[in-house]
Amino acid sequence: MKFCLIVDDSRVVRKVARRILEDLNFEIAEAADGKLALEACLVRMPDVVLLDWNMPVMNGLEFLIELRQAPGGEVPIVVFCTTENDIAHIQAAIGAGANEYIMKPFDSDIIHAKFAQVGLL
Amino acid sequence: MNIDDFNLLSKLIKDRSGLTLTKDKAYLLESRLLPVARKWNLKSLDELVMRLRTRSEAGLVRDVVEAMTTNESFFFRDIKPFDQFKQVVLPFLLQARGANRTIKVWSAACSSGQEPYTLGMMLKEERQKLIGWNVDILATDLSTEILAKAQAGLYSQFEVQRGLPIQLLVKYFKQAGDRWQIDSAIREMVRYRPFNLLDELSGLGQFDVIFCRNVLIYFDQPTKQMVLERMAKQLAPDGFLYLGGAETVVGITDKFQPMANHRGIYHHANPAAAARVAGL
Ligand SMILES: C[S@@+](CC[C@H](N)C(=O)[O-])C[C@H]1O[C@@H](n2cnc3c(N)ncnc32)[C@H](O)[C@@H]1O
Repeated sequence: MKFCLIVDDSRVVRKVARRILEDLNFEIAEAADGKLALEACLVRMPDVVLLDWNMPVMNGLEFLIELRQAPGGEVPIVVFCTTENDIAHIQAAIGAGANEYIMKPFDSDIIHAKFAQVGLL
Repeated sequence: MNIDDFNLLSKLIKDRSGLTLTKDKAYLLESRLLPVARKWNLKSLDELVMRLRTRSEAGLVRDVVEAMTTNESFFFRDIKPFDQFKQVVLPFLLQARGANRTIKVWSAACSSGQEPYTLGMMLKEERQKLIGWNVDILATDLSTEILAKAQAGLYSQFEVQRGLPIQLLVKYFKQAGDRWQIDSAIREMVRYRPFNLLDELSGLGQFDVIFCRNVLIYFDQPTKQMVLERMAKQLAPDGFLYLGGAETVVGITDKFQPMANHRGIYHHANPAAAARVAGL
């Protein structure tokens, strides 16, 4: 079973994503901001991170940059999932090492398609 | 809906597009044709059928037939077929067509363009290998409305997220309001043209690869057979036919056979053709 960390400051979004990903047979952990997510990764590296951009304390991009420098942090597949939908944001995310990018609103079809694309399904 | 009306509509639709409607799909007629009725200022499906019985207007008939087509499509649909195109079909053709350096591809039910544009993007990515080559992509569909959308190359945020890798979105699309438009460089690689698969195919010429995906599923057995056997005549002796994930030639025609090792791809069913693609 693959392990997915869902990082989003909205409890509702985490819940929706969790439901979709549990149906796809992922083991799930949640974090409410980038800093908590980084701490969780250092305890146990996930196979994939579903990552919001705008969050308090540490945002998604800052988290990603830190993650990629951490020991073992190059391994997880990182899929952004954010309302930021302009090319500049997408390019910044790819530049920082994101593997895929979902523009909210999302649904199970999109998660399914994106996860299949990066070889998780 | 009464049985006479159902029969009239289903016969009209079958004759014009090949779509076979069974009685349990009568609800589809209602949901898809009410908007057509409204467009033509008709109050109900009854009135629409009445109008079809009394006058035969080409425009109304076309709207009815097009409204019944299912246009769902996505970029890199099923992924695998396009991987195979890049890893198996294209290298084969680069060898086999070295003399005239031309490759002809036909997307035979292209819907809103995701299939031909997927090929266009892949070919752009492979352009180093294609210097001096001419790759022609013909994309056809019955529905003129969907072809207009394909030609415009404009997609919703939802559509660009189903199958399209984000790197390719960034590389080949521009944001246009709340939609995304594929670059003219890719649009110009594709020739669009309305074409009904029930018509004679011989005017289209010969192709090295035919994509005929997710359209035969709507046809009955004799129609599938007819279309496939006509396609066999338009496919080069060492060409490739792609069908959709739920489609096959098995039990329908003996003109094609599945490629060994590559699900979803078919070649001419004869020993010479089989020998040419053996080991791919
Ligand atoms: C589900 S889409 C398939 C799109 C694409 N090939 C794919 O696999 O994603 C089916 C398309 O077939 C077209 N179609 C249906 N009957 C047809 C016919 N008789 N001739 C040509 N196109 C037809 C419809 O208009 C529709 O756009």
